[in-house]
Amino acid sequence: MAKRIEATNVTAYYGAFKAIENINLTVEPKTVTALIGPSGCGKSTFLRSINRMHEVLPGARVEGSLTIDNQDIYDRDVDVTAVRRMIGMVFQRPNPFPTMSIFENVVAGLRLNGVKKKSILEEAAEKALRSANLWDEVKDRLGKPGAGLSGGQQQRLCIARTIAVEPQVVLMDEPCSALDPISTLAIEDLMFQLKDKFTIIIVTHNMQQAARVSDRTAFFSIEKTGDPGRLIEYDNTQKIFSNPSVKKTEDYITGRFG
Amino acid sequence: MGDTPQRSAHAGTGGTRVASSHEWPAGASARVAETSGNPGNREPGLGGGGALPRARAFGAERAFRGLTLAAGTAVLVVIAAIAVFLIAKAVPALRANTESFWTFEGWFPNENPPKFGIGALAFGTVLTALLALLMAVPVAMGIALYLSHYAPRRLGNGLGFLIDLLAAVPSVVFGLWGRDYFAQPIADLSTWLNRYFGWIPIFGEGPYGNSILLGSVVLAIMVLPIITSLSREVFRQTPTANEEAALALGATRWEMIRTAVLPYGRPGVIAAVMLGLGRALGETIALALTLGSTYAISFNILQSGGNSIAANIANRFAEANDTGRGALIASGLVLFAITLIVNITARAIIYRRREFTESAA
Repeated sequence: MAKRIEATNVTAYYGAFKAIENINLTVEPKTVTALIGPSGCGKSTFLRSINRMHEVLPGARVEGSLTIDNQDIYDRDVDVTAVRRMIGMVFQRPNPFPTMSIFENVVAGLRLNGVKKKSILEEAAEKALRSANLWDEVKDRLGKPGAGLSGGQQQRLCIARTIAVEPQVVLMDEPCSALDPISTLAIEDLMFQLKDKFTIIIVTHNMQQAARVSDRTAFFSIEKTGDPGRLIEYDNTQKIFSNPSVKKTEDYITGRFG
Repeated sequence: MGDTPQRSAHAGTGGTRVASSHEWPAGASARVAETSGNPGNREPGLGGGGALPRARAFGAERAFRGLTLAAGTAVLVVIAAIAVFLIAKAVPALRANTESFWTFEGWFPNENPPKFGIGALAFGTVLTALLALLMAVPVAMGIALYLSHYAPRRLGNGLGFLIDLLAAVPSVVFGLWGRDYFAQPIADLSTWLNRYFGWIPIFGEGPYGNSILLGSVVLAIMVLPIITSLSREVFRQTPTANEEAALALGATRWEMIRTAVLPYGRPGVIAAVMLGLGRALGETIALALTLGSTYAISFNILQSGGNSIAANIANRFAEANDTGRGALIASGLVLFAITLIVNITARAIIYRRREFTESAA
């Protein structure tokens, strides 16, 4: 249950502003890929174009080709909701549905898919919550509001909600930036377990985190403000952090800029 | 200058005052020494530097508190005065009534013996208001969702402005328009409804004219702008994060609205509907002009007839004698009670889900 993602000359715009230009990279199944780089370099934009969330913003559009197991997700015949079901997303700030209980949050995606039978929903909810390492903490209060959990628990709830629909790929947009170190650790542990089943792409500002959790790392950067972001280097994480081949990457990971 | 150090010296807590030349104790004294060459430059910064001055015994703070308290009390006094007045006027009329106030269908308080009953009026009030909501709420939801989530921004703003304008039309204009221009189309519609849906009891026989249907359609148009613009604001406030969460799960736009927007807006929409209901229940002149002013309880909404408490007061006040006015005031009290019950119910509905709605805020 994991697929390969291939980006070819991906360029994304916000209206007239070109945010990223000619991104080419391939993400192998069942790996964790980290996208790093200074603020405004287009990592999140690229991430959001992978599940077509970029185009939700008015005036935003994507050019180039993005395929999942050789199927073009920007093909005109492709149903955008099917793409998003296949490629789930966890956001920067935990965003459980505030009016829903913990249980309803987890099964929200299944309900959207038309699953109605209570037993199936319960089974799926338990499975997803166990996978998200949250089951033991919430099993006695599944009917309570999801917004009543702590920040770290909410983020794991959002991960449970995302993986409950069993996507192929999970995108994470700085999932730990709003969390304390302990919750961050819990989510990093979770990523290790999840990569057995899913292809994971994570945007992070935390280079230690990228070094800890990812197999491959892509370094994005911009020349100057207003220029489009470009992919500078993409390699095994170990190589990027020990012996990067581009000077700019080395400058960034050693803290000389950005 | 000179004034502030003087005051802080007097306001100092006594014991900590050092000497007359050192008006500020501790750290400040060093500063005074530093600037002793320029004795005029002694004022401390806004952050202090001197001893903490004593709280002012009387100031704008206290005066404002008194003012707000007076305003709050005034409301209570006015409400109590109105209640006393209404009850004092209503009770003699109710005593003089020779029929049951609750069940008698008719309004003859000016005759001797006086006979009047609130039943038909209260029924007409509630029925017209509910029918109006039944028609207005779905349309208002549709407009509000279109303006907040489907229409391009500029079109949405323009349309929203037009809807708000509709709220500024005086109700007498709606009433005249309903009576003079809208009655005929509604009569035609009534004929059609009776022909094809006559088997449903509410679409009964004519004559058609100033009917409950006409009144409630006009009411519906009148409450539409309130419900629409409040709901639109509520829907607009849905956090983007929640909308994106739904979209990222593979929701279509409508599914996103159902998953994220509607549940989030629920308490606000209920409040908007209740405001609309409040306006519909209390609406006077538009219903006085469009209802048939009869005193019978009938579910036939097509037939000429119908009445409401507020419309009845407007129609009958001029001709009323003492008992007649008392009777009308008693009917006003009943309207007040109905509104109160509606509001309490609405609050109860919102309160029941507060655990979820509060965390949403």
